[in-house]
Amino acid sequence: MLTTTDTNSDTLTLYGKPFSSRLLLGTARYPSPKILSQAVTTSEAEIITVSLRRESARGQDGQRFWDLINELGVTVLPNTAGCRTVREAVTTANMARELFSTPWIKLEVIANDDTLQPDIFHLVEAARILVEDGFQVFPYTTDDLSVAERLLEAGCDVLMPWGAPIGTGRGLANPYALRTMRNYFPDTPLIVDAGVGKPSHATQAMELGYDGIMLNTAVALAEDPARMAKAFAMSIDAGRLAWKAGIMEERDMAVPSTPVAGTPFFDLDAG
Amino acid sequence: MQIVVNGTPQATDAQTLLELCETLGFGKARVATAVNGDFVAVPARAARKLCADDKIEIVAPRQGG
Repeated sequence: MLTTTDTNSDTLTLYGKPFSSRLLLGTARYPSPKILSQAVTTSEAEIITVSLRRESARGQDGQRFWDLINELGVTVLPNTAGCRTVREAVTTANMARELFSTPWIKLEVIANDDTLQPDIFHLVEAARILVEDGFQVFPYTTDDLSVAERLLEAGCDVLMPWGAPIGTGRGLANPYALRTMRNYFPDTPLIVDAGVGKPSHATQAMELGYDGIMLNTAVALAEDPARMAKAFAMSIDAGRLAWKAGIMEERDMAVPSTPVAGTPFFDLDAG
Repeated sequence: MQIVVNGTPQATDAQTLLELCETLGFGKARVATAVNGDFVAVPARAARKLCADDKIEIVAPRQGG
């Protein structure tokens, strides 16, 4: 298996590439390229997501962004954002592979505009086609276990279930489902993608045992994106450390933390 | 002939996709192309002949989430 999580060194390995950071940072909606660069640098994110769009300025806009990516020196994960059909996604993936010189593709096939939820049927079909063509696919999916199984059967080594709809910042809409998914696929790298609005959401996902967090809007639209990116990096580290440390089980009834034995005055009212 | 480039109808004398890219100033630019929804790799542009009403996509790297 090419993709594993090395718990000894705590290196995250995705399709054979090791990473020390577990934050995957989107590059859209920042106030400026400079602030985007600052966010990447301060968070120490090693993977950034990118896209491709129609070029209207004789290649200059794309070239400027390409230069910025190269200056950052990070791993690039292109997406198929906005695609609604298998054909659109496959064509976009091929264009992205040529543009960014990488077999990695964050596969998004969107079902509708209101929720931007994954079209799981087309997602699985597109994943199968792309894997057979040599792509290393990061599918943006739901927390549905049967879909996850189909994606793994198609050859995906990583799954990226949503926390909540893209751009909502609502956090983990269904922690129970995400916990179940983690338990059901203990050896598959799972990255929560979308819906994470604040660092505590990221910590919660990492405490569930998730391997990483993919986010964009929560950082890009913060008053201080660079500082927020750092906050997310710290929250992800905290959640990861807690997961590795072993979190206590919840109880319904109180249990004194201070030892009861030896409590002074314990028997005054006993007569 | 009339074709559609990135959603905008326009006339062109270009016979191939490579010619079109050069005519539009994308000759050496970092762009990827598709014709009528099918990806056309850089080495294949010269052999990809254009027909009237073809829909061409020319895309470049951009910010994404």
